[in-house]
Parts: sequence; C-alpha cells; structure tokens
Amino acid sequence: MDINNFSRISETCWRIEPSGKMRVPALIHASESLLCDMDDKVREQLVNVTTLPGIVGAAHAMPDAHWGYGFPIGGVAAFDADQGGVISAGGVGFDISCGVRTHLTGLPLAEFEARRRPLTEALFRNIPAGIGSRGDIHLDQQGMEEMLAGGAAWALSEGYGETADLEFIEDNGCATAARPACVSRRARQRQQHEMGTLGSGNHYLEIQEITAIHDQEAAGVFGLVRGECVVTIHCGSRGLGHQIGTEFLRDMAVSAGDYDIALPDRELACAPVISETGQNYIGAMRSAINCALANRQIIGHLMRNVFRRFWPGLELPLLFDVSHNTCKPERHNVNGKEKLLYVHRKGATRAFGPGHDSIPRKYRATGQPVLIGGSMGTESWVLAGMDSSEKTAFSSACHGAGRSMSRNQARKRWQGRQVVEHLAGRGITVRSPSMRGVAEEAPGAYKDVSEVVMASERAGLARRVARLRPVICIKG
Amino acid sequence: MAAFETGSPAVPGWEHFEHIADVGVRGYGHTLGQAFEMAALAMLSVITDTSTVRARETVRITCEAPNSEFLLADWLNAIVFEMATRKLLFSRFEVTIEDNHLEGVATGEPIDVTRHQPAAEVKGATLSELRVSRSTDNYWLAQCIVDV
Repeated sequence: MDINNFSRISETCWRIEPSGKMRVPALIHASESLLCDMDDKVREQLVNVTTLPGIVGAAHAMPDAHWGYGFPIGGVAAFDADQGGVISAGGVGFDISCGVRTHLTGLPLAEFEARRRPLTEALFRNIPAGIGSRGDIHLDQQGMEEMLAGGAAWALSEGYGETADLEFIEDNGCATAARPACVSRRARQRQQHEMGTLGSGNHYLEIQEITAIHDQEAAGVFGLVRGECVVTIHCGSRGLGHQIGTEFLRDMAVSAGDYDIALPDRELACAPVISETGQNYIGAMRSAINCALANRQIIGHLMRNVFRRFWPGLELPLLFDVSHNTCKPERHNVNGKEKLLYVHRKGATRAFGPGHDSIPRKYRATGQPVLIGGSMGTESWVLAGMDSSEKTAFSSACHGAGRSMSRNQARKRWQGRQVVEHLAGRGITVRSPSMRGVAEEAPGAYKDVSEVVMASERAGLARRVARLRPVICIKG
Repeated sequence: MAAFETGSPAVPGWEHFEHIADVGVRGYGHTLGQAFEMAALAMLSVITDTSTVRARETVRITCEAPNSEFLLADWLNAIVFEMATRKLLFSRFEVTIEDNHLEGVATGEPIDVTRHQPAAEVKGATLSELRVSRSTDNYWLAQCIVDV
C-alpha cells in the first residue's frame, strides 16, 4: 500500500480525510512496515465502510487488517441507530462469533513432553475436527431452541463445563435478546449434528507454552506463569452461523434499495438497525453468537475430560473466551456524550480497558484479556485492554496474525507432511485429518504476529501480557 | 450483463483467482448453465481433488433469484448446504437455467477423509467479485469469492 495516500497522525495511526461520499475519516492503526505490506484493497474497503449511513467517529482497521469482502478483515465500525445507523451482515462475516478461549493448566511443559503422543491422540480422537466430522450431540427442536437462546449457559445446564466458566466468557456466556425465531430452518439443519465440533481451515485446539511474560502484574492476575502451559481453542458458530450470514447477506443486498442505501460494494449489505430486516438479523446473529459460545463451552468440556484421564482432578480454569466476528450494542463516549452504538468487529477483538463494568471482577483493575491466535508454527499472545483503546478505536484490538499468502500459493509451496515433520523438529506436534489442510495453513503463509501485537501495544489498543508457543496442535 | 474480453480460457473450464484470505472461483462455459457447472467444480476444488470423488449419489437443487448473479450465489450456497447437511462431496454437476430459474443436479459420494483429504470447508459464496457475463466470443463466465 502506498503510504502517501495517508496523513500520519502518530507513529501507528494513518488517516484518510473524508472526501466524496465518505461520512467520516478512515484510520489504519499499524506500523509503517505493516501498512506498506497491506493490500491496497484494505484502504478501498475501509473507505467504502465510511460511506455507510449513521457511522460514528471513524472507520478503523487493526494492525492485522487484510483484504476481506465488504469490510476488511480487521475492520471496526460503530453506528448510531438514532442517526439512521445500519447493521451489516457483511460487517460481521460468515463465521459469526468466531473466537478464542484459553484454559489454564497450571502444569509445566515437562508434564506434556512426558505424555505428548498419547495426549495428542486422545485429543484428536475425542474432539471432532475437520470437514465431515460430527459431534456426539444431536439437537432436537427444543434443544436447538434452548441452545440458541442460552449460549454457554445452556451448554452448562446440559452438563458441559463448570459454573465458574460463565463469568469468564464475554457477556457471561450468553448474548441476551437472541431471537431464535429469526433463525431459518436451513440454518438449524446445518447445526443439528455440529455442536462440539472444531470445524476446519484455521480453527484449532492448541496446547501452548508460556514463553515470555511482558507484564508481571497482569500475568499474575490472569494466572499466567512462564514455563507453564495453557490450552487455547479457536472456532466459531459452525454451519449455523455460516447459513445465517449467507441468508441475511443476500436479503440485505437485495433490500438495500428499499431503505435508500447506496452500496459501494454489494458485500457491504446492510439495513438500518431500526428496520424489520435489521432487527431480524440482530435476533438471528445473537442466536449465532450463542451457538458459538455453546460450541466452545462444549469443546472446553471435551478437552477437560481428556486431560483428566492423564491428570485426575485437574481443574483447568477458564482464563477467558472472546469473539472476534461480532456486532454488539455498547456504550461509548462520542464528543463528550455517552452513546449506545452498534459496534461491528470483523476480525477484531473487543478490548475493554481497566474499570469497564463488562470485565469479570477478577480482571477489572487489569483490563480485559485479549486472546490473539498466531499460526501453528509461531506464537500466540495474551494481551490486556487499555484505557486508551476506547478513544483510539471503540475499545478494539487485533485478532491474529492474518494471512500473507493465499491457500493456493501455500499448497504449491509446501506439502502437508513436510510441514508436520519440520514442526516436529521444532517441538511442535501437529495432528490433522487433512494433510492438504496442513499445507494450506503452513506457518509461512501467515504474517509475523509479534509485529502485529507490538503495533497494537504502540497504538494503545491492547498491551502485551504473555507470549505463547505451540506445543501440540489439533488442526481442523 | 456486460460483455467482457479476456484471453482465451479453456471453454468449458474453471480456475481459481487469487484472494489472500479466501479463494475466487470462476467457471467458463458455452452456455450460462455450463459456466455455473464449472464454477461449482471450481468451488469443490477448493475443498478437495475432485478426481478422487466418485459419482455415487445424486442430489437435485432448485434455485430462483432476481438476476443471474444472485442466482450464481444461490446455486453455490445451495451446494454448500447440501454438502454440509448430507456430509457429501460432489464431482459432477448438471445445470439448466431459464428466466433466472435454475434446475441442477449434483453427483458425488459421502466424505471419506482418508481418500478425499478435504482441506478447508467453504462457509459460503460471497457477493464479492460476483460476476456473470458473456464474452464477445460468445462464451459465459460465472465467478465470485467463496469464504473458507
């Protein structure tokens, strides 16, 4: 990307002034080198977002932003319903509420080294992963209804997980005001046998060693100790979310004209928050958020069951569970006034700073844990929300490394088996049903996540707490 | 539908076009229906090597849309739905289209992870780079980006 298209506001903030149909400025938060490496499409897509009705403040792109469809991946935009603000299915994406959860093990790496092979096999056998896999849970009509309304709290009531988990899930494990009636029969059909499955692509369950602590105090509060391991799960709302995304994207693209919305790109499909289509989407999207929260809660439970065969009675408390493809109503300060805004985060993580009343009491003085996934060969991170994030980008931060190479390019360059052997040589065990999938997810196809988190910290979005390195990876 | 001019692709045929996070699928054909069949094959090739998928089960698909571009998205999304709910992969498609009404047949077999090595699941066909057009040489192109 040509940096001459921007005015540089600070070391990590690049601005495009409003012109033409833009209603607000576009801001990219990134280091100079990350910005230079971004595709020019990021700028184009972010500028398109600024033209949508009711947008407030600015359209933001996170340091890991890359070319998406409609919104860039790593895009954040907030809308005021009272000013004709919109809700956009394209601004949330297909994998509604895709996110990350991390459990603490309290065990040092040596414990895993001693059981590496049998533990990997047991996890692979017990956690359904990859295309075509099915879980052991088969929802009937009533079960589906309860799951869509209840989220992780429903999963808990069905015996998956522990009561203490809920407090450490965003929104206490349940998106309120979900409206299962807005979820189509086809979306339900896709989910009937998919609860408790990881999915494929970049989704995974990983055992990770904590290799560095950057903020001792926050790490202490989060329970992160150098040399110990954590378990991280990355997945979303599975077929149900994909189907809801598909259906509403089409409905909104077709009906945009009825609401006098001129779409610069059909994929920005949206409807006013205060409209029948908008309200139906919000009701369905919240049901999909609940599906994702329930799904990760179940996978967390399956993981605990496997671990307890090796370490009876092991607690495995939940550090946090946070989504990165959502739209949520939140109160934000706009020109000195608190306003209720619909904040879209597509490939961006909510990152509330210290003191926010949505953060679990235990973390309130520290800031919300922000969980950042890397590739299976590099590293992942735990960050913490900062005060400055509210003013900078509606309390948002990056979500991962982001691809630097397409799947086709990756497949031409690497073979799955080579990738597995190479990683084994570096102490990383990868188990996946598909070697082709492993090749496409090769670590070399991803950006350097450490540069992304460093830029997030410098931009005041979220500060670094701990670095994690993969030890065992179950890949979908 | 605007006319387009490109090089001379193999007609009928399919190809992928580059997108960093996702994949673009493009089909060419002598008829609109054939371009849709090829676009579907391009999408299946995102998931697996379709030469490993035997023709053992058949699913009928019907779609209707306001125009041929939405019809393409609907067709690809209907295939995604059938694969997901029936746990099938497809390797052969037949499509007839009249007045934005599509009658299609998809043929394939149940997923065999060892033999098919399915990589990334297609979550849905997006409206991005969605285009259906006829060339000056009188062949059809049908394309869009699919989310993986």
